[in-house]
Amino acid sequence: MIRKTVTDVQEALAGVEDGMTMMLGGFGLCGIPEKAIAQLVALGVKDITCISNNAGVDDFGLGLLLQKRQIKKMISSYVGENDEFERQMLSGELEVELTPQGTLAEKCRAAQGGFPAFFTPAGYGTEVAEGKETREFNGKMYVLEEAYKADFAFVKAWKGDEAGNLIFKGTARNFNPVMCGAAKITVAEVEELLPAGSLDPNQVHIPGIFVQRIFEGESYEKRIEQRTVRQRI
Amino acid sequence: MLDKNGIAKRIAQEVKDGYYVNLGIGIPTLVANFVREDISVEFQSENGVLGMGPFPFEGDEDADIINAGKQTITTLPGASFFDSALSFGMIRGKHVDLTILGAMEVAENGDIANWKIPGKMVKGMGGAMDLVASAEQIIVAMMHTNRAGESKLLKACSLPLTGVGCVKKIVTNLAVLEVTPEGFVLMERAPGVSVEEIKDATEGALIINGEVPEMVLN
Repeated sequence: MIRKTVTDVQEALAGVEDGMTMMLGGFGLCGIPEKAIAQLVALGVKDITCISNNAGVDDFGLGLLLQKRQIKKMISSYVGENDEFERQMLSGELEVELTPQGTLAEKCRAAQGGFPAFFTPAGYGTEVAEGKETREFNGKMYVLEEAYKADFAFVKAWKGDEAGNLIFKGTARNFNPVMCGAAKITVAEVEELLPAGSLDPNQVHIPGIFVQRIFEGESYEKRIEQRTVRQRI
Repeated sequence: MLDKNGIAKRIAQEVKDGYYVNLGIGIPTLVANFVREDISVEFQSENGVLGMGPFPFEGDEDADIINAGKQTITTLPGASFFDSALSFGMIRGKHVDLTILGAMEVAENGDIANWKIPGKMVKGMGGAMDLVASAEQIIVAMMHTNRAGESKLLKACSLPLTGVGCVKKIVTNLAVLEVTPEGFVLMERAPGVSVEEIKDATEGALIINGEVPEMVLN
């Protein structure tokens, strides 16, 4: 067994520097690496390029890094829930690259799986395809999209073990598995870190080979963005 | 004239037994409330769930189980969770049978715009570009005109496009229309709405073939 455990979030983020490109898992506030984000704020690293489906809300998730002007560029598919984000973008302080959600996921998976690029129909004929190679296959047009290159991937899982194996819960899975192994160093934070042998190998979602560092985070806030309920009858 | 629930009710008639369906945010979400109970349908949400159920009872919300609108949801028996790449594989690979989404503009050639108003509103396309580029069946749910009273069914879209030539069917508060090479074909009128009213509210080419029936809403 190859141990991937580090003692704490400080050790997990060792080597993080200004100007790096970082992938962060999560959809909205669901399944975001809360502890890694808090540590990025504490470290005060600047000029970060973030690859993340969303940009958090004003006072949580990536919104915390935006507040401190630590992000130079955001690569996302949807950024609609964050006023500070919109302000920085419209004023030109923040660079933004909007990418179709499926393309964003696939650009991560391509990096994980060793593909330099792939063709997708998403965005053909729109401004997303401007400047990109297009090609026809079987009578339909596709756009060539390249794999991401990132320095760090920060992901959040439900359970993990010392070997770096991960299991996700519910829709908190989202972009987290496709970012594992898609950067030079993948840091996984988990709600429960278990000894090797505790997870059933049949149930592992991401094998530890894709993870370099793993640690257990304490007391996750897991904020709900849109609390919707129905009345008990 | 239909309200938002009326539009959703009419679209629900297009949902067939055995369909996997992706519902967009807004009016499309309401469609789930009107699907016949005697057919089997599964709803997909692109953030990674198939077999979506209704909102949870108060106190049962789980921050780890949400839909693409970031709303807390439940799952039904037979449901599954998956990652974002697999989710869009379902969409891109045409395994999802029907996509229902909203739009700011639709053109008579089937172009759709729904993600950006330059200089004003930039929220992003989310999964919409992937959905419209791949879905075999796309139904647009929207109001026939915008808040300023201007037609949303145009000769050509003025806003940045989400996809080209992809919309086949549109259900608005006034009508059901199909997109053909010749333009919008008026299929049905909303209850109490005349052909003239629909003509006035449609900027793009509108084709009227004989008597246009009124929608039947059960």
